[in-house]
Amino acid sequence: MAPAVTLRAVVALLGQFPVLAGVDLDVEEGSVVGVLGPNGAGKTSLLLLAAGLLAVRSGTGTVLGCDLCGDRADLRAQVGLLGHSPALYPELSAAENLRFGLRALRRPAGDATAALELVGLTGRLATTPARTLSAGQSRRMGLAWLLARRPALWLLDEPHAGLDVAGRDLCDGVIEQAGAAGATVLLSSHDPERTAKISNQVVQLAGGAVVAVSEGQRPTRVA
Amino acid sequence: MWRDAMLVCGKDLRIELRTRVLLWQVVPFGILTLVLFALALGPSATELRQGAPGLLWLALLFAAVLATTRSAGIEAPEGTRSSIRLLGLDAGGVFLGKAAALAVQLLAIAVVLEVGLLVFFHVGAVRLGIASPLELCALAALAAVGTLYGAVVAGTDVAGTLLPLLVLPALAPVLIAGEKGTAAVLAGGGPGRWAIILLVMAVAYLGVGTLLYGALEEPS
Repeated sequence: MAPAVTLRAVVALLGQFPVLAGVDLDVEEGSVVGVLGPNGAGKTSLLLLAAGLLAVRSGTGTVLGCDLCGDRADLRAQVGLLGHSPALYPELSAAENLRFGLRALRRPAGDATAALELVGLTGRLATTPARTLSAGQSRRMGLAWLLARRPALWLLDEPHAGLDVAGRDLCDGVIEQAGAAGATVLLSSHDPERTAKISNQVVQLAGGAVVAVSEGQRPTRVA
Repeated sequence: MWRDAMLVCGKDLRIELRTRVLLWQVVPFGILTLVLFALALGPSATELRQGAPGLLWLALLFAAVLATTRSAGIEAPEGTRSSIRLLGLDAGGVFLGKAAALAVQLLAIAVVLEVGLLVFFHVGAVRLGIASPLELCALAALAAVGTLYGAVVAGTDVAGTLLPLLVLPALAPVLIAGEKGTAAVLAGGGPGRWAIILLVMAVAYLGVGTLLYGALEEPS
C-alpha cells in the first residue's frame, strides 16, 4: 500500500523548543496507527505536524502526497483533527458548528444531523451552545464532526479522554469504521492496551523521537 | 472568496446575536462615554453642538476597540484557530467576512450614538443623515483595521491589552477625517473631500487586509 505519512529526520519547534527531534515514521494508507508516550513526548506535536499546522524546521515529510515543507493548504483540506479542546465555536450549538464546517467544505449541511445522531448527540444536546456540553459530550461532537467530514487522514489526540465506557467503545467503533472505509488514522493515547487492540501499528515516542515500533492487534486489511 | 466571506460574516453575526455582547456591553459603554462627554462640556447647547463631531467619533472609536476585541476573541482559542485552518477557507474571504460582520455591528453602535447626539447634543437629524455616506466609509475602515490587528494579536496572552495599543494609533487618521467631515456637514456643508479620503482609506485597508490576513493566520 502507498504511504499516507512519511517523515524523515523531522525536527519541529514550538518557540525555541524542539517538540519533535528527528522523527522517522511511515504510516501506510488505510492503516490505524497508535502513538504512545509520556506527557511531553511529542504526540500532539506529531499530529499537528501531520495536519500541516506545525512547520518542519529540518528533515523531510510528505502527508497524503503533500510536501510538508511546501504549501500545506491542500493537505489541511484533507485531514480531520480531534484536538484537546472542542473544535470550532463554543457559542454555537453542535449542529450549528457542524453545519458551518460542512458549508465551508462545500458539503451538504444535512450530513450534520446524521453524524450527531451516530454519536448520540440528539435533541437538546445538538441545539444547546457547545460550551454547555460536558467534556465527554464535546468529544462526541468532535467525533461527529470527523464522521460528517470524512477526511482521508484522521488525527485523533487522546480521543478516549473524557469519555465514559460507552463513549470509549463508540470511539473505537468510529475508528474501526474509518479504517474499514479506507481512511488512515493516527491516534495518540495513554492507554497501551486499548491502543494496541484497535491499531495495526503502535509507535512509541519519547523526547520528540520515535523509540519503538510494534505490531498492533487490528488485522491488516488485504488490498 | 465572496462565498467564504458571507459564511464567516453570517457566523460572526449569529454568535453576536447569541451572546449579545454588543447589546449589553458595547452599546451601553458607547452611550456612557457620550453622556460623560456631555456632562464634562456643560449645559451650553452651542458648546455641545460644536463638540459633537469629535465626541461622536471618540465614543465610536472606543466602542469600536471593544467590538474589535470581541470579534478577534471569537477566533482566538487555539482549538478554534486550528479547526478553521483545516476548513480550507479562503483567508481573504475570512478577513472580509469578519470585517463585514464588525462593520454591521459598528453601524448599529453608530446609529445608537447618533440618537444620543440628537438627544444630548442638539444636533439636527437631517445634517446627520447627510453625513451618513462619510460614516459608512469610516466604519468600513474601522472594521478593516480592527480585523487586521485582531489577527496580529490573536493567540497572544496579552491580546486584550495589546489590541487597543496597536489599533488606536492606526485608527487616528480615520478619527481625524471622520471628525473633520462630520463637523463640515453639521456646519452646513457637504461631506466633500473627507468622504473621498475615508473611502480611499477603507478601500486601502480592506485591500491590505485581504492580502495579508492569510499570512497573519499562518502558524510559524
